[in-house]
Amino acid sequence: MSEAQDVIQIKDLDVKYGWGRNSVQVLHGVSLNVPAGCTVGVVGESGSGKSTLAKTLVGTLTPTRGTVMIDGVNVSSVRGAERLKLRRKVLQMIPQDPFSSLNPRHTIGEALAEALDPRHANVKKHRGVIAEWLERVKIPAEAMYRYPHEFSGGQRQRVAIARGLIPEPTVVIADEITSALDVSVQAEILSLIANLRRDLNLTMIFISHNLAVVRQVSDEVAVMYQGQVVEHGRTSELFSSPQHSYTQSLLRAVPGTPEFSIDPGITEPTSHENRAIA
Amino acid sequence: MQTRSRRTTWNAGLVSGLLLFLAIVVIAAIAPIAFGSAAEESGARQGPSADHWLGTDTAGHDMLLRSLVATRLTLLMTIGATAIAVVAGVLLGTGVWLMRGRTREVCLRVIDGMVAFPALLLALVVAAVLGAGGSSAVVAIGIAGIPYFARLTGNLAAKVSQQDYITTARLLGVKNTRIVLKHMLPNMAEPLLVLSASTFAQSLTAISALSFVGLGVQSPAYDWGKLLNEALPSLLAGRPYQMVGPASLIIITGIAAILIGDGLAAMANPRSSTKRAPALTVPSGSVLQQDDDRSYVATIKDLQISAGGVPLVKGVSLGIKEGEILGIVGESGSGKTLTAMALARLLPDGLSSQASKLTVDGLDLLGAVPARRMAETVALVYQDPGSTFNPSLRMGTQLTEVLTTHKNWTKAKARQRILESLRMVRMTQPELRMKQHPHELSGGMRQRAMIAAALSNEPRLIIADEPTTALDVTVQADILRELKRINRDYKTSMMFISHDIGVVRALCDRVLVMYRGEIVETIDASNLTEVQVQHEYTKALLAATPDMSDPLPVRQRAVPVSTDSTEGVLHV
Repeated sequence: MSEAQDVIQIKDLDVKYGWGRNSVQVLHGVSLNVPAGCTVGVVGESGSGKSTLAKTLVGTLTPTRGTVMIDGVNVSSVRGAERLKLRRKVLQMIPQDPFSSLNPRHTIGEALAEALDPRHANVKKHRGVIAEWLERVKIPAEAMYRYPHEFSGGQRQRVAIARGLIPEPTVVIADEITSALDVSVQAEILSLIANLRRDLNLTMIFISHNLAVVRQVSDEVAVMYQGQVVEHGRTSELFSSPQHSYTQSLLRAVPGTPEFSIDPGITEPTSHENRAIA
Repeated sequence: MQTRSRRTTWNAGLVSGLLLFLAIVVIAAIAPIAFGSAAEESGARQGPSADHWLGTDTAGHDMLLRSLVATRLTLLMTIGATAIAVVAGVLLGTGVWLMRGRTREVCLRVIDGMVAFPALLLALVVAAVLGAGGSSAVVAIGIAGIPYFARLTGNLAAKVSQQDYITTARLLGVKNTRIVLKHMLPNMAEPLLVLSASTFAQSLTAISALSFVGLGVQSPAYDWGKLLNEALPSLLAGRPYQMVGPASLIIITGIAAILIGDGLAAMANPRSSTKRAPALTVPSGSVLQQDDDRSYVATIKDLQISAGGVPLVKGVSLGIKEGEILGIVGESGSGKTLTAMALARLLPDGLSSQASKLTVDGLDLLGAVPARRMAETVALVYQDPGSTFNPSLRMGTQLTEVLTTHKNWTKAKARQRILESLRMVRMTQPELRMKQHPHELSGGMRQRAMIAAALSNEPRLIIADEPTTALDVTVQADILRELKRINRDYKTSMMFISHDIGVVRALCDRVLVMYRGEIVETIDASNLTEVQVQHEYTKALLAATPDMSDPLPVRQRAVPVSTDSTEGVLHV
């Protein structure tokens, strides 16, 4: 696959938090290329740098070394009209928490109108488009006049997805979008995302700590560990024959997989009786 | 979906505050027109009489009329000063949070520094520089109020600006002015209104004080402070009635402002009035088989919990056998946590519960239970190891607390036992951990410490409420093995609550599936497969759970859950 087809090109990315002596380096030379229309799942445990990667991809964090090119544009150095175009038309992010990602004082319609037109956000003018998108994420169109607190977590996440996709981006960053949801709702959201990404031919980075979830929606999987991508490959291959020892231990730890064992092993025989202190 | 119902609750404080303030405003509007010239009529000094209720001053002006006439000027000046403080403070406070990195830090520290400077002193300096006079007093008090207001707005803005919707709006290309006006300010409106009301009261006293010391309004104009200033010689000469008018008006106006502020604060919760629709009932898929009660460590029969008439748990019966790990699975709002909390007698306030039987280790929880006995019988392990411990205390102090309070053990003895428990859960370097603060331990270590604390009492039953949900999968695997080991080695019974079927299947002996406040299925963990479960909900739950051995891609199956899963949910 040639370089030109890779919509997302991440090269030797270093990211630090803080200044001077107190700085902490979170990403260490992360490189990742994503071809058009492909979904890469990024898995890793807390502190592995997944969310930092997402923030750097959308430009809220500036890398200390390396570049992020999205659709041929350097995310961290682009300014002005080009940046606006990148943020509006090319790249969108779907945030994790459906409870804090919608302004409680705005109706659903206002939230979506703002995504369509950040300057004026006129619900009346865009009513048709908003209704269409709400139907697309399986929410009745009249919901546009209601406020977020009237909806469940799953419904809000649908609205958040609609808001992310309504500017018709080509690249979508989804950061733990199902981790705040119940499993049945999670299943609905995952199938929604799977359908939308096919229909709209999205290029997607899907971040999650849940291996099973990543496995369901991704074409490729990248495993992050301590700020590095330790393994990256086709989903089926990575899950059937993990190469890196960390990936192997990650897969072993999931209850329900054949490799998982609850057996705590033999431990020193401290019985209840002789634990009591004389 | 809930219908939108925002009810404005008027409270007595707010109503009386508004009425008082309205009266003051009416006086301010009418008095100068009606009594303006009468208040200037001079004559001899008189005491209170039928003609002059509050007497007259040295020049023979009627004090009551002058106090009323002065209302307009005082009110206008106070409003002016408050407006300066509020507008500039809001601009500064929100503006700071639109800046980035270091610039923001510097600006925040400057505001902090300004707050440290006494406001009245600042006002005196400004008034002295601008020269004595009404307008300079307004500017002085206004400026003096800015840092305080900016600081508090900044604190509010800090919280709001970290919400995802602000980040998202920014990523969508929304301009800063729009972010402030449409996203930040509406979400800080109530506290800002409350704050403005108290700033108004403060400005009133500050302006009156400036006029009183002669730096404010100058003759022949007069406000309440100026009237007090003129009355001072009379007070010293034993004629206090001259002060009554302006003093009481200042107090009344101040009280009105504070009542309005408090009233607004009490009203500030817009979502407290949304109504919950009653949840649907679901026929039980299977009936719990109860054999002899005596083999159970804990028994619950017909437990019902409701919040304000909305049933949350509808007649749950269960038993936990000796040495058994009983799993409870269900989604949020299914009542699994409430059921467990009833067993630990830790139901939150505002819930009513009833049961025909509720026992743990022969202890009847429906009657009075001594706290000490309770602590020895049931131990709890919570979901979030990050918030279970007090960040400012050392682990040792917190872990030994239960033993020193409930068992009256000496510190040394309690410490000994905790060290032992920490070793039992295979915590590395237990002596060091006792000296450390919670933030120095990882999430997995904190959860091990939590389990150690639970074990130290040698409880008959451990209730673990989603103890691994906040942990990484590799750490989760360790904690699950640890619980299994404790159960195997010490025969401790456990109630393990989780939303994760995979975890429950791996750890538990028997599993209860809860749905909308009812137990819909009881099944051996080994039989928890799509083929063997009976109830539709359990099947749907299993189908929805992403499985590592599933064929790709996502399988779909209708889940018999209406999309509104928040109905009847009580977040504990």
